[in-house]
Amino acid sequence: MSEYALILISTVLVNNFVLVKFLGLCPFFGVSKKIETAIGMSMATTFVLTLSAIASYLTEAFILEPLGLTYLRTIMFIVVIAVVVNFTEMVVRKTSPLLHNVLGIYLPLITTNCAVLGVALLNVQQAHNFMESALYGFGASLGFSLVLILFSALRERINVADVPQAFEGVPIALITAGLMALGFMGFAGMVKA
Amino acid sequence: MMTAILVAAGLALAFGLLLGIAAQWFHVEGNPLAEKIDALLPQTQCGQCGFPGCKPYAAAIAEGRADINQCPPGGDATIKNLADLLGVEPKPLNADNGTAKTVPMVAVIDEAVCIGCTKCIQACPVDAILGAAKQMHTVIAAECTGCELCIAPCPVDCIDMVPVAIGIEGFRFPYPQTQRVLLAPPLATPTPTVVDQPANAKLDELTRERIVTHG
Repeated sequence: MSEYALILISTVLVNNFVLVKFLGLCPFFGVSKKIETAIGMSMATTFVLTLSAIASYLTEAFILEPLGLTYLRTIMFIVVIAVVVNFTEMVVRKTSPLLHNVLGIYLPLITTNCAVLGVALLNVQQAHNFMESALYGFGASLGFSLVLILFSALRERINVADVPQAFEGVPIALITAGLMALGFMGFAGMVKA
Repeated sequence: MMTAILVAAGLALAFGLLLGIAAQWFHVEGNPLAEKIDALLPQTQCGQCGFPGCKPYAAAIAEGRADINQCPPGGDATIKNLADLLGVEPKPLNADNGTAKTVPMVAVIDEAVCIGCTKCIQACPVDAILGAAKQMHTVIAAECTGCELCIAPCPVDCIDMVPVAIGIEGFRFPYPQTQRVLLAPPLATPTPTVVDQPANAKLDELTRERIVTHG
């Protein structure tokens, strides 16, 4: 049980995918202009990351590994992720039009989020079992959501702050992200992995 | 080599079948476009677009009988949302339909001129004006919605509308948008009155927003 908790803490805070591993930076900057969109994106990513971590684990363990086709890993994982994203969108549209409205365009966009493929590949690299893979994916998406929502809240405030002209817009956002990354380094001593 | 091709093709086939079945299973009746457009409109029912309300205007847009730039209460934000929904280029507001207020405004009472008649207090729909008979009045800026309803009743014309300066101190996170959009239609039905003046239309929208977001 404790190693599961350790995986969660490690992926959310210590080895945060965005601020420590620098994966998934595109949506981190792309959809962090407003809190609402950031929350929508976070929910969609949490959905997809957890599901695709499970699906890619199953593909690896039951198809690629036994047949000795591990060199097809990357391409097959991308196929799996695309299918999971598509499938999720259909299910969400049917079961909860409200959620579908909130997530909107962000759902399909997740296919190209490199954190999703990163989680799938890291799961294989670190030889996680089924439960660990699922938790790793879930933790990664929690960490992603946490920093994305924090960052979008910061950006909404920075928008009205008196920033030197040369730093307005993306430059100050990049600096903010850098400072956040520095802050998250403080977690590094918390867990010895 | 053969296994690789077979596995890849087999997986692709399986996934394709899965998605195909899922598409059948989870088939959703396509939302009528007019309803989506209606959800984006501000629901002021002001009629400034030339249609009797937001719903008829939405229907007209859906059928291509009206352009997307005829809604002054919604302003540029609504035009942009409509353009995103319909996949067309946003365009400036049609001047024939009125003008939109681009910056938030707040009422300010010139306290030296105010005679303390309390007429503006009665007119204020959000109780943002403080004062008593024969006493000087003043506006609580944080409560003022900029509806301009207090300007007309003032006998000495001492109320001015000034733009709100938004700085880092005055920053407040905006109210959640989705909530308002989702709750607007049921609230809009009991008051289908067509209002002509832009000020009233703006007020209508603002008061509803307050009602919804504050409970």
